[in-house]
Amino acid sequence: MIWAIIIGMALVTLIPRIVPAFIVDLVRFPKWMNKWLQAIPYAALGALIFPGIMTVVPDKPYIGLIAGVAAIILAWFKVHVILVVLVAIGTVFFLSF
Amino acid sequence: MELDSKQLIKKQLRDGLIAASPIIVGYLPIALAYGVLAKQAGLTLTELTGMSLFVYAGAAQFMGANMIGLGVSAAEIIVATFVLNFRHFIMSLSFINQIKDYSIKWKLPLAAALTDETFSVASIYNKQVDRQYGYYFYGTIMLTSYISWVLGSLAGGILGDVIPPVLSQSMGVALYAMFIGLLIPSIKKYRRIAVISIAAALINYIVSPLTGQGWGIVIGTVFGGLAGVFVLEEEKV
Repeated sequence: MIWAIIIGMALVTLIPRIVPAFIVDLVRFPKWMNKWLQAIPYAALGALIFPGIMTVVPDKPYIGLIAGVAAIILAWFKVHVILVVLVAIGTVFFLSF
Repeated sequence: MELDSKQLIKKQLRDGLIAASPIIVGYLPIALAYGVLAKQAGLTLTELTGMSLFVYAGAAQFMGANMIGLGVSAAEIIVATFVLNFRHFIMSLSFINQIKDYSIKWKLPLAAALTDETFSVASIYNKQVDRQYGYYFYGTIMLTSYISWVLGSLAGGILGDVIPPVLSQSMGVALYAMFIGLLIPSIKKYRRIAVISIAAALINYIVSPLTGQGWGIVIGTVFGGLAGVFVLEEEKV
C-alpha cells in the first residue's frame, strides 16, 4: 500500500515537471510570454524566500528574518553564496539560545 | 581536438559541481530530517529511500510521510502532493524555454530533476546555455543534488537523529540563504528584477493563508512573473 502511494506521488510530481519538455517545441510563444518565462526565476525566488523564511524557527519568525537580512547584506557585497549560507546558519544558531 | 573537448566537458562538470555545492550542503540536513521522520511515521528503510528516489520533492515527502503515519487515504495524499508540486510545472516551462535548443534526450532528464533549488541555480546560471557542452553543467547540478538528497534520506533512516536539534534547525535556513544569495546579484545587475521578486513574495504572503502553501507559491510566481512582462526591458535580462 505504501508503495502504491509512493508511485502515485512520483507520477503526479514527475508529469508536471516533464510535460513542458514536450510542449515548448510545439508552440511559438509570443514576445510577452517569453518575457514572462524569463521573469519566472526571479518571481519563484521571491515566493520561495518569503514568507517561508519566517518558519525556520516556527515560534520565532524574527530569527529567520534577521538571518535573511544578514544574507541580503552579505550577498549585496558579493560574498560567495556558500559563505552567505554559512553565516545565515550561524546567525540562526546563535539567536536560538 | 579530442583533448580539447574533453577539457571543455571537464570544465562544465567542475563548474556544475561548484554551482550545486550550496544545494548539496543544504539538502543533507533536510534529507536526514526527512529520513528520521519517515522512519518514525512507519516507513521501512527501502520505502523511505524509494520515496526520495522516485518522488524527489522535499516538502511533499515530509507531508506524504506524515500523512502515511496518520493513516490518511492514498488518494488524498496523492492529490495533496500534486497541489504542492504543481509549481514545478511553471518552473519547468521557464527552464525548458531557457534550454529550448537542447535535444529532448537532455531536456527530459534535466526537467525530471527540477526542484525549487535546482531550478533556482540552473536558471540563475542562464548564460551557461550558450557554452559548448553546457548540458553537462546542468546535468551535474541535477545529478549531484539528487544524489545528496537520496543518500541523505538513507542516512537519516539508518542513523536517526545524528545532528543536534538546535543545529539542524539552524541548518534549515541554508536553502533560504542560498535563494537570497542567488537573487541579490541579479537585482544588483538589474534593479527592476526586485519588483518581480517582491511582488511574488507579497502575493504569496497574502494568498497562501487562504489557499495553502502549494498554490500560494504557484500564484505568487505566475503573477509576480507577469509583473516582469511590464517592468523588464528587451534584451536586458
